[in-house]
Amino acid sequence: MEPRVWREMGLTDEEYNRILELLGREPNILEVGIFAVMWSEHCSYKTSKPILKKFPTEGPQVLQGPGENAGIVDIGDNLAVVFKMESHNHPSAIEPYQGAATGVGGILRDIFTMGARPIAVLDALRFGPLEEEHNKYLLSGVVAGIGGYGNSIGIPTVGGDVYFHKSYSGNPLVNAMAVGLLRHENIAKGVAKGEGNPVMVIGARTGRDGIHGATFASVELSEESEAKRSAVQVGDPFMEKLLMEACLELIEADALVGIQDMGAAGLTSSAVEMAGRGNSGIELELSLVPRRETGMTPYEIMLSESQERMLVVPKAGREKEVEEVLNRWGLEAAVIGRVTNDGLLRVLEDGKLVAEIPVKALTEEAPVYYRPAAEPAYYQELKSKCFDSLELKGTAEEVFLALISNPTIASKEWIYRQYDHQVGTNTVVLPGGDAAVLRIRGTKKGIALTTDCNSRYVYLDPYLGGALAVVEAAQNIACVGAKPLAITDCLNFGNPEKPEIFWQFEQACAGVAEACRVLGTPVTGGNVSFYNETSGAAIYPTPMIGMVGLIEDLSQILGNTFRSEGEQIYLLGELEGELSGSEYLAQLENMEAGKLPELDLQEIKRRIDFLLELNKQGILLSAHDVSEGGLAVALAEMTVKYGATVNIKGSNQLKKLFGERLGRIIISISAQNAPKLEASAKDAGIPLVHLGESGGNTLKVMFNETCCLNVPLATYRPLFEQAIANRMNSKA
Amino acid sequence: MKIGIVRFPGSNCDIDCLEAWRVMGEEPKLIWHQETSVQGFDLIVLPGGFSYGDYLRTGAIARFSPIMNDVIRFAKEGGLVWGICNGFQILTECGLLPGALLRNAGLHFICSPQYLRVENNKLAFTNCYEQGQVIQIPISHGEGNYTIDDDGLKALQDNGQIVFRYVTPEGEASAEGNPNGSRDNIAGIVNKKGNVLGMMPHPERVVEEITGGVDGKGMFLSILKAWEGRV
Repeated sequence: MEPRVWREMGLTDEEYNRILELLGREPNILEVGIFAVMWSEHCSYKTSKPILKKFPTEGPQVLQGPGENAGIVDIGDNLAVVFKMESHNHPSAIEPYQGAATGVGGILRDIFTMGARPIAVLDALRFGPLEEEHNKYLLSGVVAGIGGYGNSIGIPTVGGDVYFHKSYSGNPLVNAMAVGLLRHENIAKGVAKGEGNPVMVIGARTGRDGIHGATFASVELSEESEAKRSAVQVGDPFMEKLLMEACLELIEADALVGIQDMGAAGLTSSAVEMAGRGNSGIELELSLVPRRETGMTPYEIMLSESQERMLVVPKAGREKEVEEVLNRWGLEAAVIGRVTNDGLLRVLEDGKLVAEIPVKALTEEAPVYYRPAAEPAYYQELKSKCFDSLELKGTAEEVFLALISNPTIASKEWIYRQYDHQVGTNTVVLPGGDAAVLRIRGTKKGIALTTDCNSRYVYLDPYLGGALAVVEAAQNIACVGAKPLAITDCLNFGNPEKPEIFWQFEQACAGVAEACRVLGTPVTGGNVSFYNETSGAAIYPTPMIGMVGLIEDLSQILGNTFRSEGEQIYLLGELEGELSGSEYLAQLENMEAGKLPELDLQEIKRRIDFLLELNKQGILLSAHDVSEGGLAVALAEMTVKYGATVNIKGSNQLKKLFGERLGRIIISISAQNAPKLEASAKDAGIPLVHLGESGGNTLKVMFNETCCLNVPLATYRPLFEQAIANRMNSKA
Repeated sequence: MKIGIVRFPGSNCDIDCLEAWRVMGEEPKLIWHQETSVQGFDLIVLPGGFSYGDYLRTGAIARFSPIMNDVIRFAKEGGLVWGICNGFQILTECGLLPGALLRNAGLHFICSPQYLRVENNKLAFTNCYEQGQVIQIPISHGEGNYTIDDDGLKALQDNGQIVFRYVTPEGEASAEGNPNGSRDNIAGIVNKKGNVLGMMPHPERVVEEITGGVDGKGMFLSILKAWEGRV
């Protein structure tokens, strides 16, 4: 075989030699194609595996950790939450609408394949600056695609997060997280076992779309990527809605041994992974696969990534029942093979053998790379920069207005109003809260959901930045009154073959792992997306964290705005932030540098516990974490109906107003309960600062008794709310 | 009360409507679109969603579902029919209500809380509201821009067929209060006889405080009241 063949499919020469060894013969083209997708980074995690092993994955609440289609955590009452996050970055860069839409479709299938009814979607998005037309095109298309799919299938898109940074120009990040609910007895697995059991494909027909999508996701983007548009799949939310209802019906009827989504690498990966988990073999007859195009080769059928298909192994004798359920929903089901006990993936076309590969060669024997890591030159250099003597650029008021108009900080309403965030009528805290909250019907409980990652922190210090992403998620969960339970992650990085990138990956994962350990939120699964580079330049390392929390009693939900006059405003945590890595520094000084503040995870945990304990006593009126833009921006976010007057004392106005440091939460409480709060904080040894009180229609900040900021809500709310809309509507 | 909620393939507010009626103490039945009779029901709900994916035109294929023939007969005999969002689109497609729903003026899908003014409280659907009352009911649609010709509009106005208008928080039916470009700020209408109502906003989403308010409850209460009065 010409080396060109396997190289074009993304295999290295060493990997090809390994295939020769494993098979003991030369593979045919179909077999090379199967190896190429199964050994792609996307399917095999060959580079990330050794690092991911270090994540904490266990806890009493974890019913299913990594390795299945999605993770599962127990929420009591025989109920469990199923959740996972996945990237669809490369397809979205090439075809934003379909790329994002199929990202949603894919992650939803991962949820209902576990037997859970999806109840929410969140989207973590990263784009280049909206000053560039192409980024506006990408944002517009991605948002329309997420809405187009989620709205139609009828799963609410309840939250997520969005940042804008130049490192994402040309390589946007589209990470979709889906969450489902199930009863314990309905947990389904992606497994093929029981010799002779039939293997069926259900749902959509197979076409030529998305061939080598998994491989495509594992290479850097370039000018030529546009020409690979055929590798982007096309989604059909209507079909998926029908498929979802049919699958849930089959699982409820206990008709299946196993079920798996046909996502990346299509029939190949679903068959191989199911057989792998069941220690079985699988035999497929391709002439039985329902197709929507004629003349498809075995290669095309095996590698098609046509959407809205599932592979199921029914219990023997129940094929007819599967077919009937699918037909009632207007869909097809076809037996295309059977489970065997020889551990081989055997592919036939009209009875003729066209591929035969040991399943383990594709899974367990996939190469694992221990990539070299090297600290990048920028790291120490940027870390050595100090901004203690920096002076406020302009007046506090000018800076304040500039920051709240920054799309990363500003309201994301332009985006979320395009998503149906209420269908299902379970959404209690709508987009715009610190975390979304959904009620669990039939109980007093609710679940809180969020996605977070400040990639500038990760770039400046991958270890701390990784930990901070988890910290921010946990704080957001706690700020609505929920206890953090577990996370899923979506690890977006550049090309891991570069030692500097791999170092970022290794460090960030170590930070995530440590924070998860201390905060008691195990990793239940996730996804790795490497090669996020455009013409050689990598994105900022972005280990996106999706977290789930539990509220035992929905009457204890906390909002993040002041709801009356005279609420006493306090800050839990230090008054002063740092300028290192801050939004202020980036926007006003055009610098992204500095040493991040020290992080004491135990202390963060104590503060979160303290907050939750206060909330249990029912004395808190609101809570909001202080993140990008510092204290002044956090206060602006809380003053929607009522303004506030706060008094700050000390030195360095700039760092106090706009400095950043995680682990800080603003809370409000009635004047009557304030002494109780102060006493509790003192007892617990938690730093607590009285800031001022709510009321009026301005945000007024006194610094050492002198007014430094006094802006009417009517001035800054519109700037905050319209920042993204204004940019999207302006013509360059 | 015997309430039937039609389930088209792609309906996605069917269960929401069912749950909302349960909050009111009723137990509706789901009616699969391939059934052919709505005999015995007191109210038929056509719920929101994307019937048949809304691929050709919203509601354009659902109107050909087997069940729709009997829904039309039921409506013509005076039975109560309530179309919400996609249900409204289906009602205009099948001719039970005049006009049509175009893409939102801003071309984007909009999900947002929305103020409405009750323009006719004499109906089986609205008798628990005050005339002119301003209520908040969320909208969630890409194609809710109601349009109708001049004569048709005049007929709606003259006959009191406009049930809800989009308004500002202060109750003004101005351009500022109009989220999607609907003609005359129309958010919901009834047929001449007053037994078939179509509306874009989602009252079934606002029947419990925990999920955003109870302004929609009035419609459910009105229907129950009207039905009880008739028996």
